[in-house]
Formats: sequence, C-alpha cells, structure tokens
Amino acid sequence: MTRLIWLLPVLPLAGFAVNVLLGQRLRALAGWIATLAVAAAFAVAVAAFFELLSLPGEQRTQILRGYDWITSGDLRVAFDLRWDPLSAVMALVVTGVSSLIHLYSIGYMGHDERRETFFAWLNLFVASMLVLVLAQNFLVMFVGWEGVGLCSYLLIGFWFNRRLLVVNPLGRLVEGEPDDTHEVWAPPAAKKAFLANRIGDVGFLLAMFLIFATVGSLDFDDVFGKASGLAAGTATAIALLLFLACTGKSAQFPLYVWLPDAMAGPTPVSALIHAATMVTAGVFLVARTHVIFEASGTAQTVVAVVGAGTALLAAVIAIGQDDIKKILAYSTVSQLGYMFIGVALGPIGYAAGLLHLVTHAFFKAQLFLGAGSVMHANDEDTDIKHFGGLRAAMPITFLTTLVSWAAIIGVPLTGGFYSKDQVLAAAFEHGGIGRLAWVVGVLTAGLTAFYMSRYVFLTFLGERRWPEGRHPHESPPLMTLPLIVLAVLALVAGFALTTFTGEGGRFQNFLEPVLGAPEAHGSLTGAFWLSAVATLVAAAGAVGAWLLYGRRFDWLALRRRYAGAWRPLADRLYVDQVYEFFTVTLGRALAAFLARTVDQRGIDGAVNGLAELVGSGARSGRRLQSGLVRSYALGVLGGAVLIVAFLVFRP
Amino acid sequence: MRVGPGAYLLVSAVLFAIGVAGVLIRRNAIVVFMCVELMLNAVNLSFITFAKTNGALDGQVLAFFVMVVAAAEVVVGLGILVSIFRKRSSISVDDVNLLKG
Repeated sequence: MTRLIWLLPVLPLAGFAVNVLLGQRLRALAGWIATLAVAAAFAVAVAAFFELLSLPGEQRTQILRGYDWITSGDLRVAFDLRWDPLSAVMALVVTGVSSLIHLYSIGYMGHDERRETFFAWLNLFVASMLVLVLAQNFLVMFVGWEGVGLCSYLLIGFWFNRRLLVVNPLGRLVEGEPDDTHEVWAPPAAKKAFLANRIGDVGFLLAMFLIFATVGSLDFDDVFGKASGLAAGTATAIALLLFLACTGKSAQFPLYVWLPDAMAGPTPVSALIHAATMVTAGVFLVARTHVIFEASGTAQTVVAVVGAGTALLAAVIAIGQDDIKKILAYSTVSQLGYMFIGVALGPIGYAAGLLHLVTHAFFKAQLFLGAGSVMHANDEDTDIKHFGGLRAAMPITFLTTLVSWAAIIGVPLTGGFYSKDQVLAAAFEHGGIGRLAWVVGVLTAGLTAFYMSRYVFLTFLGERRWPEGRHPHESPPLMTLPLIVLAVLALVAGFALTTFTGEGGRFQNFLEPVLGAPEAHGSLTGAFWLSAVATLVAAAGAVGAWLLYGRRFDWLALRRRYAGAWRPLADRLYVDQVYEFFTVTLGRALAAFLARTVDQRGIDGAVNGLAELVGSGARSGRRLQSGLVRSYALGVLGGAVLIVAFLVFRP
Repeated sequence: MRVGPGAYLLVSAVLFAIGVAGVLIRRNAIVVFMCVELMLNAVNLSFITFAKTNGALDGQVLAFFVMVVAAAEVVVGLGILVSIFRKRSSISVDDVNLLKG
C-alpha cells in the first residue's frame, strides 16, 4: 500500500481536473466529486497508516522514488515521496478534516453559481498540501508550499465580486461618533495573504540556496544526515530563514496580518485552510527539519519567543473583536503560537506541539464550521452584537460549539487539555526560555478562556438581539454531521492519543522514529501542579467572561464608558496601520519620487536634453544657410584663401 | 621709364582685389558679372607678366584660353540673368534666396 501513496496527491488532483473540465455541466455533482476524491485519499492514507503500524519502529520510514525532475550539475531533485509517522499523521489530518469540510461545503455553497470552481480549487489545495507533507526534498515541498499559497489566494478571493460589510465596534451607539463602517472586499484580502506568504517564501528560497551551497543536496535524508555537522552560524541562518517562511505561512508575528483579513473568504475555506491545514504547514516544517533547528540554540529560542509572543498578542486582540470569524482567526494565530512553542524546544516538545496541531485541527475546524452555521442562519451576519440566545434555535450547532469551547480552553480530559498541557509542561521542563514561554502560555490560556467564553455567551446564551424579520434555524444535516464528527474528535482525540502505553503516550511513541525521544520526564506530581495552575487560570478567564457577558450586564455601556481603552483592542492594536505606513505609504512616496524626480526630471531630462542639444546645434548651423548669394561667395573666397595659404606655407 | 614685372603684378593684385570686393559687395547682378570679368582680366595680366619674365609662351596661350572661357561664361551668365529677370523683375543678388534654410 505504501507504494500507492502517490495516489494521495493525485486523487484530489484528479478531482480538480474533473471539476475544471466538466464542472460547468456537472455543477450539482461538483461537490460530491470533490468530496469523493478527498475521501478516497483519506482511505488510502488510512490503509497506508495501518501498514506503517505493522512494521517495526526502525522501518517506519518508507521512501517512494519518483520521476527525476531536475538533474543539473550537482543538483538532483526527484518527485520522491516519504511515508513516515510524521507525514502519516499530517496526511490523515489533512485528508480526514478535508473530507468533512468538503461534505459541509456541499450544503454551505449549495446555491453559489460558481461552486464547481470552488470545489476545484479546494481539491487543488488538498493536493498541494499533500505534496507539501509527503515531500522527500525541499524543492518538492516548496512546490506544495507555493501551491497552498496560491489556492489560499484563489479561495480567499472567491467572492471577489461581493461586498461584505463590517460594522465598527461601537456601532452607532455613541452619539457624535462618525459612522465608519468599512467594506471588506475579498481581493485586497487575497492579495494581502499572497504577499505576506511571498515574503516568507523568500526565506524558504534563501534557506534552500544556503542548504544546497553547504550540503550539496536538497534531499531530506542527505541534509539531515549532515545537519549536525553544520557550523552553528550556518545552521542558525538556515533555521531562521525557514522560520521566516513559517511566520508567513503559519501566521506568526510579524507576518500574521493576513489571517484575520482572510476571513473574507467562504467559511469552509477559513475552516480548512486557515485553521486545520495550510497554517499548520509551518509547524510541520519545523518538525520535519528539526535536526537543523537542534543544531542552533539561537534559532530555537527565536521560535519559542516568537511563538509565545504571537500567542499572547493574538489573544489580546481577540478580546476586542466583534466579528465572530475574526475572533476565531486571532484564536488560530494564538493557538499556532502554542504549537511553535511546542516544536521550538527540542525533542521534549515535538510530540506535544504536533498533538496540539491535531486537536486544534479538530476543534478549530468545528468552531469555524459552527460559525458558518450561525452565519447561514443569520443572513451571513457576523456581528456578535446581533446574536444572542441562539441556543434554542440551533441546538446542534450550540452543543458542538460548546464541546470545542471546552476543548480549546482546556477543560480537563478534552482534547485541548491534553495537548495544551503537554506543550506547557514541555516548555517548563526545558527550562531557560521555556520557563518564560510557560508563563506567557499560561497567561494566554487565561485570555483564551476569556474570549472564547465571551464568544459562546454572546452568541448562544442570553437575550435575543437579532433584528426583526430574521428566523434563525438549525442547519441541514449535510452541515451538522461534520460538526458532530469534529466535536467528537475534539473531545476524545487528546485522551485517545496519549493514553499511556509507555513513557509519553501512544502519540509520542509513534513519532519517535522521526522526532527523537525526549530526555527523562520530570516527576508526575510536578506535571500535575503545572496542569492545575494552567487550568485554574483558564477557569478564571472563563469566570471573568461569565461575569461580563454571561449575566444580565450592560457590557455595551461599559464599553462605551471605556471607549478609549477599548478602541485599540478593536482596532487590532494598529499593527496593520504600522505595516501600511511602512509598505504602502513609504512605497507610494518612493514611487512618486522615482516617477517624478528621477524619471520625469532626471531621465527624461537627459534624453530630451540630448535632443535639445542637437536641435540647438542645428539651429546654429542653419544660419549658414542664409540664402544670400553674397555670403556664399564670401565662403568661396575664404576657402580659396585657405587653400592658397596651405600651398604657399606648406611645411 | 622702365617698370619691373613687380609693378604689373601689383596692378594685377589690386585689380583682383577690387574685383573680389565688388563681387562681395555689389547687389546688382550685372555689376557682379563685370567684377568677375575684372578678376579674370587681372589674372590674365599676371599670366602675361610671368610669360614675359620666363621667356616662355605658356602664359600667353593660357591668357587666350581665359579670354575664350570668359566670353562663353558671360553668354551663359547673362542668359541666366535674363531668365531670372523675366521671372522676378529684379536683378538684385539678394533676391535669389530660395535656399534660405
């Protein structure tokens, strides 16, 4: 079966081809074709996974040699695929969650007139992601990397001809406040995503150049074999460049700004690409190239600091958002930060970070699909101020969201509890910068609990705030079934994957051949106290949210009173504005300078000046042509004199 | 009184210079032609002078050539002048400035 893993990217690619070529005629079936393609890929992945399990640990790396793509001098790149525990986990998550989201999309996009294109691109995305995950060398991985970036752009901008309204945080409730409703177009968001990703891609490319220059090959086995022998400076440079790519793809500081804007795309896109799969590519990259990162303590520290910092920053901003999708977007950025903390600090945390990747995929996808369900029932409104009391109207959506809420804030025994705690415990045990990351992580957990509880309270509980004429209702089974499946997975995944069969649990053991074993764990009681602290902080956050939003409390009045403090939070701490200044404003100034001063005055001046020179020369010369016969006669005389003089005075 | 060949050459030079000046300064085309004749005759004079001083006949023969050519040139030149006059009713040299650029 492992010989057939090439089917994994090819099946969704086939779905893409069918939908592109025949989609317009098969529009009603487009969704089913796409879902079938991905579900088939999932089946292949499951079969290959079980085959992997039947092998002893050391043999769990299978390489499928493929078509020789580039042979040029020392560079040999082939479409080789790698099937090992890490790629198996990723492939299962990608195909599994994708299948559920494809199914959901059939219902969600059921009336869209371009849905065959949507499903085509969704399939292309899955194919690219699988190429990324299964690659055996950097260049093929980069193909997948770029592919998912492209599909992200296409899908975010899918509704390029629609205008989406976002109301300002204070609404029109404050007297005299200007009505700054701003319209979010999809195209700028799509471009922003692509550009931010592109900056990261430069890092990836430079890293590849550096790797090839120092190691002479781009194949993973070759590179990782020689990685520990690299000079510390080189390893640091490569690792940091790769991490730059991660900040772009996985939305960490400084390149996270595209993710909240990406919410302009359809909700299934947000669920799949910007929660469960594409954004996890960065975490996967660090895990896959962990040997390089281990060769550079500096790089590891940078990853940990950036991860922790981003987690905190995003959680703070999430508190101030009223758009439900934006809350979830910032939550994703924050949780990705946790994952990076996990994979930053060496073997002790790889499994934890990846476990969080898996559980997060489940509960975040569920949260997004649930949000889509809420939007579907509320005329595509995303403003949390217009919801409230939806529990009665949408019980399934409510219950599944509640499960994911429990998972994300880390209610004991749910998926998120296990993964988050493992990440934080690993960080704490690592010591040094890990302790700092632990503190930040715990703080962020409290904030996470706060804003997620706020989300649940304001959307589903309390009094109804939706306008007249709206009749929210539960979504059809095609949409609620994935919600239920994902909620169940979010609930049990953590427990199921880490039930102890030996040190560290099943998940960790499975990944060991790839990621190495951590040194001995700390004491179990130590772990218990760390867990307890984190859980208490989270509980405090949830209680805080309940005090503010869970009871009959006029939080709007409170917000109005403290508008000065609220504004920066709602305005996303002005990070976008700063970027806009440095890129757009300065860029325009530079362009204006170059266009006017350099081009118009400088270059055109030089060229025109040259022409002017010739012209004035001609004008002066023209005066010889007076038409006056007598001047010509004078000329003849002058010439004759010269000739005679020459003849007479010849040296 | 005997004058040496120098005097003849001087006269020739003076005549030539007067002819040149006339060609450059006068506006009447007929006067210009007359000055050209003056120049040609000045040159004739110097040819004869040198023939005499060298004791050869070459200069005298050349003088004959020059006179023939001058006659032919006058015919042609006056022909051109007449046709220009018929067109423009002016024989001022300054009026033929069509080539003014």
